[in-house]
Order: sequence, then structure tokens, then C-alpha cells
Amino acid sequence: MREELSEDELLEKVTTSEYKYGFTTDIESDKIQKGLNEDTVRLISSKKNEPEWMLEYRLKAFDIWKEMDEPNWANINYPKPNYQDIIYYSAPKQKKKLNSLDDLDPELKKTFDKLGISLNEQKRLSGVAMDIVIDSVSVATSFKDKLAELGIIFCPISDAIKEHPELVKKYLGTVVPTRDNFFSALNSAVFSDGSFCYIPKGVKCPMELSTYFRINEAGTGQFERTLLIADEDSYVSYLEGCTAPQRDENQLHAAVVELVALDNAEIKYSTVQNWYPGDENGVGGVFNFVTKRGVCHKNSKISWTQVETGSAVTWKYPSCILKGDNSIGEFFSVAITNNLQQADTGTKMVHLGKNSKSTIIAKGICAGKSNGSYRGLVQIAKGAKNSRNFSQCDSLLMGDKCGSHTFPYIEVKNSSSQVEHEATTSKIGEDQIFYCNQRGIGTEEAIALIVNGYCKDVLNQLPMEFAVEAQKLLEISLEGSVG
Amino acid sequence: MLKIENLKAGIEEVKILNGIDLSVNAGEVHAIMGPNGSGKSTLSAVIAGNESYEVESGSIIFEGEDLLELDPDQRAHKGVFLSFQYPVEIPGISVSNFLKAAISEKRKQLGLDPISAKDLLGKMREKMELLNMKKGYLSRNMNEGFSGGEKKRNEIFQMAMLEPKLAILDETDSGLDIDALKIVANGVNKLKNKKNATIVITHYQRLLDYIIPDYVHVLHNGRIIKSGGKELALELEEKGYDWITKEADKKWG
Repeated sequence: MREELSEDELLEKVTTSEYKYGFTTDIESDKIQKGLNEDTVRLISSKKNEPEWMLEYRLKAFDIWKEMDEPNWANINYPKPNYQDIIYYSAPKQKKKLNSLDDLDPELKKTFDKLGISLNEQKRLSGVAMDIVIDSVSVATSFKDKLAELGIIFCPISDAIKEHPELVKKYLGTVVPTRDNFFSALNSAVFSDGSFCYIPKGVKCPMELSTYFRINEAGTGQFERTLLIADEDSYVSYLEGCTAPQRDENQLHAAVVELVALDNAEIKYSTVQNWYPGDENGVGGVFNFVTKRGVCHKNSKISWTQVETGSAVTWKYPSCILKGDNSIGEFFSVAITNNLQQADTGTKMVHLGKNSKSTIIAKGICAGKSNGSYRGLVQIAKGAKNSRNFSQCDSLLMGDKCGSHTFPYIEVKNSSSQVEHEATTSKIGEDQIFYCNQRGIGTEEAIALIVNGYCKDVLNQLPMEFAVEAQKLLEISLEGSVG
Repeated sequence: MLKIENLKAGIEEVKILNGIDLSVNAGEVHAIMGPNGSGKSTLSAVIAGNESYEVESGSIIFEGEDLLELDPDQRAHKGVFLSFQYPVEIPGISVSNFLKAAISEKRKQLGLDPISAKDLLGKMREKMELLNMKKGYLSRNMNEGFSGGEKKRNEIFQMAMLEPKLAILDETDSGLDIDALKIVANGVNKLKNKKNATIVITHYQRLLDYIIPDYVHVLHNGRIIKSGGKELALELEEKGYDWITKEADKKWG
């Protein structure tokens, strides 16, 4: 027989599967001193040549943040970051403003190639318009002109603050108020870039919009801010991908994403998150504390899809405020944890409008000594008559050292609404593996196949190119983890 | 093709097979019959390489190679196929995707070029017709929500697609009504040729009216206690197992 591996040995083998994106790029960067005080906030704002109102917004947020405590209700354990030991602004040095992607720094270009983002390829296929954020700054946005013809604005948020202040002022902080939580307050004070997107009335965005986030510089935190507005009767599908180099220390990522779907609009927001998860002993990795929320006006729809495979610690609850009548919120999630990773993730569906509907499909996969938790809130207000929610939370365990937890909160304040919750926990069965083996499918492939089948409902929600990438990612994340 | 010698195997401390000898040549159909608990399913599981069973001694030589040295998937690549008595569900994976994975893996291991999607689909259509499969079957998830009969037909469909050298049908007739039984048997008969062999494991003679065996073996307490031609099956149908098992019990104790 081939090398005979016991379950323990196989589980151990997991740890040898390496993080593919763990390289750093040697690009000169412009960064500021470590630490956070009022001057840091002023410095960031001045580096970005921001208008006065933006600086005020930041300073107010900083005051609020100082008064807040880091939350500890989540089912995660981690050393609290020292917020004075982080660099709050780092930007790849670029001499001049780029006219096109062809003018990009060759080192940066190499990075994109390694990440598997071929900008030229993207251009040729003309499938996806992309904004790329390295450390704190957006370095490249493609297809800007083509989108502009339709009146679509897709640009770094720092540009939007200067070029479209009326839109930013109107919507920034309306979905996730500064005061919402510790990390959103921090983000509001120090965010340095992110993506901004506005789809005008009646426009269906003809291509996928995408942002690629990368933390590169050591000791930096990444605090990006995304604001996406879909005006009445519009449609947009938006993707984000994230990776980071392999480092021994923990890096902090505290993003805020705000979505606004006005009447009859639809937003589809997909994430493939693959931040560095730390090594097999839990050393290093990204702390991912993210606040994502969307507000749905009348007859509108927001759909969140996420594939979470990275980060040492994940704290993330993409949510929908179903404010308008007949609005729809959806949340599709696959969260994988392996080795010593911890994830506390889920969603909030807040039903305010009549006949509002929400669907939650959350699939957790735990391997190694990891811990995965689903935490969800379904809240149906008194006035949200005839609302409906369906939730399904499944967990798949591999091996006997991992843990999976479900914390569903349900609050219903009227009697005409309907809430359903289903939950299952399962292990990959030896009989399933043997069945696949007997058909000539090896054990590793069999596990990949079974896991893909398990996640199918979620993966089907992803745009084609992303689904393939996500599938591969699932396989890499679980290499060798036989349960 | 297959030569089993003095095979002893069991599960944990319990001995189930107590010395099996069996030879199967290409072009032959062997039926293995026997009362409940005689070891029929264990024998098929051990040939296929189910690791829940421990082989204590003996050998299984298949085409000159010791199967016991190979993992289950490697045995499958060599051409061993087991039609399961209880086929397993694989939620979310369609029949076509499952078979694509199985066939690609086998071709890769055998050093053959990958099969094109068009050829694969063409072949699937052809085999579906053979087994009267309904439209839409290929996109259904593996065995999920299948009736008993559909599950068994799905097994034979996979067999038709994988074209094994040795097919072991473990109680394929159980749970089938007479129409489904005829379809399955007809499929098996059409797949038969001079280069492959079939082992039919069954409780009842019924299936053997449609798949005519060259040899019939009676398994009892983990041993083959009687072998004969197809007329042996009819004799068993008429007289039951008692008359031979009693004799055997006297001999083996």
C-alpha cells in the first residue's frame, strides 16, 4: 500500500500546506510613524489632501473611539492588539498619477502576476473592472472611462471625497455610524482608502466591479472603507478579494463596508477572503474585524456572498437593514477554519419594512484545532408585517480536535411573520470516502469533492470566475485534513 | 483473472471469512449465494479494499497483482468495480460531475489523455439509454433522494461508464421490482464480454433467471461449502440452504 497515514498523521499533514500568497513585494513605501493620536488623524487627512469636513468627520470619530472598549462577546480568543504599535498609513511610493495601468511600477505589476491578477488579461476579457488597494492606498483602477460613459462612478474613495463630495457626504456613515462599534469608530478615524461606487438611476452595471485588497508593509494595519450606492432601479455585482504576506506578527484589518440599495435596486456583494491565517502553531496571521452592512429601500435587494478561508481571527457579520417594504436580504457564507484559526461570523437581518424577506445559508467547515462559530440575528420589528426569514446553518467537522458553534438570535415582534431555522452538524463519513475510492477517486480528491458538494448552495451564488477560484481555495485550505 | 486463496478476514475481533478459495476467469459469471450472515458482503468489501475489514491471511491475486497491496482507488484503476448494496449519498455533487471526477482520475492514473466533455457526455447519453434512465438524471445529486431502484440503476450506470474488468454486484436485486430488475439485468448482460468477468452476490435465485451464471457457489460461515453450475441455484431455490449447511456444519464443526 501507499504510505499508510493515520488520521492524526493526515491531520498533521494539513499544516504543511503552505499559504500561497505569503510573499512580500519590495516596493518603496511612504509610511508614517507608529502610534495613534489626534496628530496621526490630522496627518492622514493631510496626506490625502482632504477637505476640512472630512478631517472633522475623522476627528469626531477619533474622540468617540477613545471612549469605547474593544468588544469581547465573540467566541474568539486573541491577544488584544496594542493600538499604539501599529502604522496607520502606508502607501506604495509612486511619483506621478497614473494615466493607465500600463504605467504601473514593474514591481507592483509582478505582485499582481503572482496574485494571479493579470490586468492585461482582465482588460482583454473585459469581464471585470478592478480597483486595487495595497496597504492603505488604491493603486490602480481599470475600466474607469468605460464605466463613466454610463454615469457609473467607480474610483478610490479618496478621489470620491474630492470629486464627488455631495455623494460621500450624503451617505458616508449612514449605514454604519461611527459609533456603531469599536472597530467602525477606529476605521472612521483612520481609514486611508477603499473603493467608492455609484450606480445611477436605472443603470444595470454591465460588468463585475472588483476590489483587490493586499496588506504588504510590515507592522501596518489596513483600514479600508467601501461605500457602494445603487440608485433607484439599478443593479451591480461587486467582488472583493484579499490576501496578505506571511508574517510572524499579527496584522490588523478593520474595514467598514456600507451598501445603500435605493428603491428597486439590487446589489450583489461577493467576497473571497484569504488573508494570511497564521502558521500551524497559530503564530502570525491577520486579525480581521470587519463591519459590513447594507440598507435596503423599497423593493430592493442586497445579497452577501462570502467565502472565508483566511485570517487568524475573523469577526464579521455582513448584515441587511430591510428598511423598505418588500425588500430582500440574503446571506450566503462558507467559512473554513483550520489549524488554530478562529472565526465568529454570521449576519444580522433586521426587518423593518412590510413583506420583507431574508434568507441565510451559512456553511461552516472546521478542521485541525480550529473553532468556527455562526452568530446570527433575525429581528422582525412590530411594523414589519408578513415578513419571512429562512435560516440554514450547517457545520462540517473534520477530525476530533475542532469545534463548531451556532448562536442564532431570533426576535419577532409581530404575529404575521414567519421565521424558520434549520441547523445540522455532520462529519465526512468514511463510507462516503470509501464509495469515492471505489470509483477511483483518491481520498484527498474525495474530500474536496464532498466539501464542494456541501458548499454548492453558496458557491453557486458566486460569479463564474470567482466560483472556480473559491473552489480551488477550499481544496488548498483543507489539503490533507481527513476526518 | 481473479484468484483468491485461503482468505481469512474479519471486523475487529470477529472472524467472518474463514478461508475462501475462488478462481474467476475472463468471460465468466459467478454467482455467490448463501444465507444471511454468511460473509457475502464482507467478501465483496474485502476485494474492493474497505479498510473497516482486517485481512488476517490469504491472498487476492488480480491479473497477476496482489490486490491486498493496493489502496481501494488503485484497485478501482486496475478495473475492480463494486456495485454497493447500500449506495452512499453525496449531497451537492451531480451524477455527471461525480463520474467526470472518477473517469478523469482513472485516465490520469493509467496515463491516458483526458476525455473531452463532448465525448464524455455522448457516452453518458448512450449508457443512459441502455438503462432507461430518465432525462435530467445526470444533474441530480449522487443518490440524494433516489428511490431504492434508482440507486441500484445508478450503480450499474457507473459500471457501464467505468467499464471494469471485474464487476462485483452486491445484492443488486434487493429493493428492485420486477421491471427494474429486468432493466438492470439487461444492462449487465449487454456489458458482458469475453474480457470481463462478473461476480453476482445474491440471496435469491430470482436475479439468476436474468443473469445466467456459469458457476454458483454457496457461502456459509465464511467458507464456500459447495460449488456447481447454474442448476445448483435452482436446487437451492427448491430445497433451501439447510441440506448443505447441515452437512458443512458437521464437517467444519
